[in-house]
Amino acid sequence: MTNPVSLKNIRAGSGGVPLTQKRESLWGDAFRRLLRNRAAVIGGSIIIILILVAVFADQIAIMHYAKQNLVANNSAPEWVLKVFSTMRPYAQVNNDYPLGADYAGRDLFSRIVYGARISLTVAFIGPIISLIIGVIYGSISGFFGGRVDNIMMRIVDILYAFPQLLFIILMLAFFRSTFAKPDPGTFTYTMSQLDSRLGGMLFIFIGIGVTAWETMARLTRGQVLATREKEFVEAARTIGSSDLRIMFRHILPNIIGPLVVAETLAIPGYISTEAFLSFIGLGVNPPTPSWGSMISDGSAVIRTYPNQAVFPALALAITMFAFNFLGDGLRDALDPRLRGTQ
Amino acid sequence: MADLLNVQGLETHFRVREGYVHAVNGVDFHLKEGETLGIVGESGCGKSVTVMSMLRLIPVPPGKVVAGTAMYQGKDLLKMSPDEIRHIRGAQISMIFQDPMTSFNPVLTIGRQVAEPLEIHMGLSRKAALNRAAEMLAMVGIPNAKDRLNDYPHQFSGGMRQRVMIAMALTCSPQILIADEPTTALDVTIQAQIVDLVKRLRDELGMAIIWITHDLGIIAGLADRVNVMYGGLIIEAAPVKPLYAAPLHPYTQGLLHSLPRMDETEQRRLVSIDGLPPVLMTKPTSCPFAPRCTFAYERCLQENPPLINLDGNHQVACWVDTKTGRPRE
Repeated sequence: MTNPVSLKNIRAGSGGVPLTQKRESLWGDAFRRLLRNRAAVIGGSIIIILILVAVFADQIAIMHYAKQNLVANNSAPEWVLKVFSTMRPYAQVNNDYPLGADYAGRDLFSRIVYGARISLTVAFIGPIISLIIGVIYGSISGFFGGRVDNIMMRIVDILYAFPQLLFIILMLAFFRSTFAKPDPGTFTYTMSQLDSRLGGMLFIFIGIGVTAWETMARLTRGQVLATREKEFVEAARTIGSSDLRIMFRHILPNIIGPLVVAETLAIPGYISTEAFLSFIGLGVNPPTPSWGSMISDGSAVIRTYPNQAVFPALALAITMFAFNFLGDGLRDALDPRLRGTQ
Repeated sequence: MADLLNVQGLETHFRVREGYVHAVNGVDFHLKEGETLGIVGESGCGKSVTVMSMLRLIPVPPGKVVAGTAMYQGKDLLKMSPDEIRHIRGAQISMIFQDPMTSFNPVLTIGRQVAEPLEIHMGLSRKAALNRAAEMLAMVGIPNAKDRLNDYPHQFSGGMRQRVMIAMALTCSPQILIADEPTTALDVTIQAQIVDLVKRLRDELGMAIIWITHDLGIIAGLADRVNVMYGGLIIEAAPVKPLYAAPLHPYTQGLLHSLPRMDETEQRRLVSIDGLPPVLMTKPTSCPFAPRCTFAYERCLQENPPLINLDGNHQVACWVDTKTGRPRE
């Protein structure tokens, strides 16, 4: 180390990049690109705020989501009446409720805050389920190829051909009726208990899980098929790597980018599926607040009390936008074609 | 010295829509300890497929090794279980490839990739393996080896990557290094560096080398023996000096005539071999080179000449004695 300057020059060999700058991993590099994307940063920030809201719902909500006050039912604060002036003849003014109260006199704001829990849980559980099942299934199919691939993909095709939402609805209806009044100690009883413990979300997870992995499996399979023909996979074989090692050490890190992007962009789909199921009454059990069931309740009185549908809908829309923005940003940041460029 | 590797009657087919391509049609060769064997031939003559078949690296399907044995340390590589052969690859027989730009995993650091054979075969811990990887990188002439372990492949130039690949191939001190056209993708000055590096490492570590190339110039300065391949067959095998001084097969002669020579006094036009290499949809029943050969006579078109031994080590597969231009016998 007699001459540090010349050493730096040696390292600067490729492309004249001054290597005095800190060397970053590929993920660090992607993260830097993500931070330069304003929409993605806004989306990401909103998601972080939402997560905080969901986690600290007990502190943020001004009252319990199920607390009723029949005296204040369908009331609204002054500023809401200013915005929705058509409400004025029907609603009583009550400034204790920041966004108003619903037909049972429950605070809309608190219910939206607690509703974030449901939506975000779906937003994170959905991808976990579909990633685990889809990536494993797709990897096996793509990696082994041939007949295995053919059979596995035809199964996916068959499942894909069935309308997903209809499938979930049928399944939920089936589960709910099967598990409605089981005897204690049986499997169905345990499932039923678990479901009610989760506020009715268990079956929603299962419903989303059994349909969402198919897209993931197809994507993974395609990526694996493309990557396994790369020379470095052959090189890995020549040094004696096992199939498992090639799969997890060499192929998976190369395809994880597109998978993460696809999954992030699929999150709004999961959230809207949950909202839709709650909207048609198959979602979470009342009085657990879900944005979907709140919109459903609100839509019944949308002419007279538009605030009851508009605010949860707004929350839903903002959340879905945020995930879309973040997903778009991630795609740009992780796109291999942009890798190595400024 | 004993044969380290002995390949007999190796045949490999590839299934295509029209039938089977007979890529390798009964190749015999052997490799002694510490010896450097050159395999020369034009594109598509079966050089790479031969060694890939031996290590069972050809994709099945469409490829299939249909016959032959490859004895290594008393065991047939072609009959080993997948697990056994996996422990040979990279540990005892390792390989370097033509294109150092695509042979590295772009998302893993160089250190982890060079250390990988050690983790697989020697069961070293990550840290010990990385230390050894740094030593190997220093040995192949990477400056600041320890610092560069955390770099990614794209931060290395082509020549550097080829050095890294050599380091990776040699981490487990293999008995045999197979070099599949390792200098083809590099420019000439870098080629010379890589060849020198391999020579130095061979002398230090004493491994045997199989060097596949179409560049006769490189082989001349590197190999002890040379096998010339054509149409999935070895058509001439000889120690390097006699082969260059007195090639016997018309194809080898053609190859050597098509190269410029430094020691040539008079100017001449470079000679090219007329015609194209055969498409091997059937196993050749006549001499595969006959349609392009100036010496060919009826027998060449009817029977495929076997590899015959002439004066000790020089073997050739040709019905014609090219010195006299007359059929043998």
